[in-house]
Amino acid sequence: MIELSHVAYSYGGGELFSDLSLTLSPGSFHFLTGPSGAGKTTLMKLCYGELIATAGEVRLFGEDARQMSRDGIALARRRIGVVHQDCQFLDHLPVSENIALPLTVAGRKDKGIQDLADLIAWVGLTKQASQLPPELSGGERQRAALARAVIMSPDVILADEPTGNIDWEMSQRLLRLLVELNRMGKTVLVATHDMALIRAAKQEVQSRVLRLTERRLQLAGADL
Amino acid sequence: MRVPAFARRGWLLLIGDPKAERAVPPSGFTAWLTSFTAAAMAFLAVFAMAFSFAAGRLADRWSDELARTSTLRLSAPAGQMEAQTATALEVLTTTPGVAEARLLSEAEQQALLEPWFGPGLPVASLPLPRLIEIIEEEDGFDAAGLRARLQAEVPGAVLDDHTRWREPLVAAAARLRSLGWLALLLIGASTGAMITLAAQAALAANAQVIRVMRLVGAQDAYIARAFVRRFTQRTLSGALAGMAAGMAALLLIPRTEVAGGFLTGLGFTGAGWLWPLAIPPLAALVAFAATRTAATRRLRDLS
Repeated sequence: MIELSHVAYSYGGGELFSDLSLTLSPGSFHFLTGPSGAGKTTLMKLCYGELIATAGEVRLFGEDARQMSRDGIALARRRIGVVHQDCQFLDHLPVSENIALPLTVAGRKDKGIQDLADLIAWVGLTKQASQLPPELSGGERQRAALARAVIMSPDVILADEPTGNIDWEMSQRLLRLLVELNRMGKTVLVATHDMALIRAAKQEVQSRVLRLTERRLQLAGADL
Repeated sequence: MRVPAFARRGWLLLIGDPKAERAVPPSGFTAWLTSFTAAAMAFLAVFAMAFSFAAGRLADRWSDELARTSTLRLSAPAGQMEAQTATALEVLTTTPGVAEARLLSEAEQQALLEPWFGPGLPVASLPLPRLIEIIEEEDGFDAAGLRARLQAEVPGAVLDDHTRWREPLVAAAARLRSLGWLALLLIGASTGAMITLAAQAALAANAQVIRVMRLVGAQDAYIARAFVRRFTQRTLSGALAGMAAGMAALLLIPRTEVAGGFLTGLGFTGAGWLWPLAIPPLAALVAFAATRTAATRRLRDLS
């Protein structure tokens, strides 16, 4: 699916991390932890081609990201659902249209209104479907972002601090949705520094926890 | 019947893709600016085109009228004037290529002098030369040969075939026509420049929209199309309004037959009224090219 081999990323004259390797195999569930500023978001961006590694190789579905055209990256992103901490919506469009945006840009007409309604119901936003994103609460925005991330039935879901701005109950609800998606065979990578969330998840799904610290990626151990 | 790809793309551009276009938020100022610019430029373009056509007609008319007439001026002592006039007319009527030779009457000479000396000039009492108007046949006559014959038979005759002052007049009219077309070109270029600026402003203001669309897998061509379509449609509608206003304004100018003169002849004749209809599609084409270039550059810079 997504493979990083000996990847380094530098900016502003400093190296954020180096010699970093990671393979997101089909159906796997990974957590990515680490202190703020360690490079979790940068690593996520490398995984969906928004950034290009300064050294090493990132392969998206078998293709070297550095060799891919902008259109090639765009097509790869249709197979990767991304949930940002700040969600990134088009604020002038209602929630339902924001969720359907990946289908719109891909020109997909095979998914109908009922499919969209089912997805909106699955994330519990039926009542909010016609509202504008700024009118939603933090948890509602995160669930809308998740719905948008999965509407194309992507192979991989990348969630960057998806529970950063929401309460514990809502975090649990979002986690259950991600676990449910993983059970459907989706590959999931969640960047978070919420250890309680990771502990809760480990009771429900088999997952690997990776810690990005001191410019290296390590497999976290029994301290979790 | 198979519709060509370019025609299909053009049609899709006009009818638009409402879902795709909705991704770009409506921006009131740039929308208004684009429509207004297109309308104003189309209005001016109608006038530049009409000016060019009128100058062309003027050049043709001057060229035609002056090219087919010449004047013979006769100066002779009072006692010989009648004889020389008769001889000159005889020479002219027997010259190949001369369709008609006519002695101008006193009234006609008076009318010619009236703008300078006022009405009631006693032409008969003045030592004025006699004037003979020569109308040429289609192929014209041999001016050098005629001059040689006249010199031999009517020494006081001077043949003026208008070449000396016809050429600068026709050249001036042709230059006016060129200026009209140059004005049209400048209007087109200014339209392109202003729409480029408006498109760049819209693209800069919508950087977040572009980021989100890319995040969900939109290709650059798709994002560019959303902007290009919107600007092309706004330009087309603005130019249609400007063209209609320009044509209406031309119709309100008094006709040549009523008032006479170059300015009152500003306008189109017959099928010429179809020419301004080309302005809105041309303006849309300019907008399409300008926005597409701006969008492609901006998207490349954002990557």
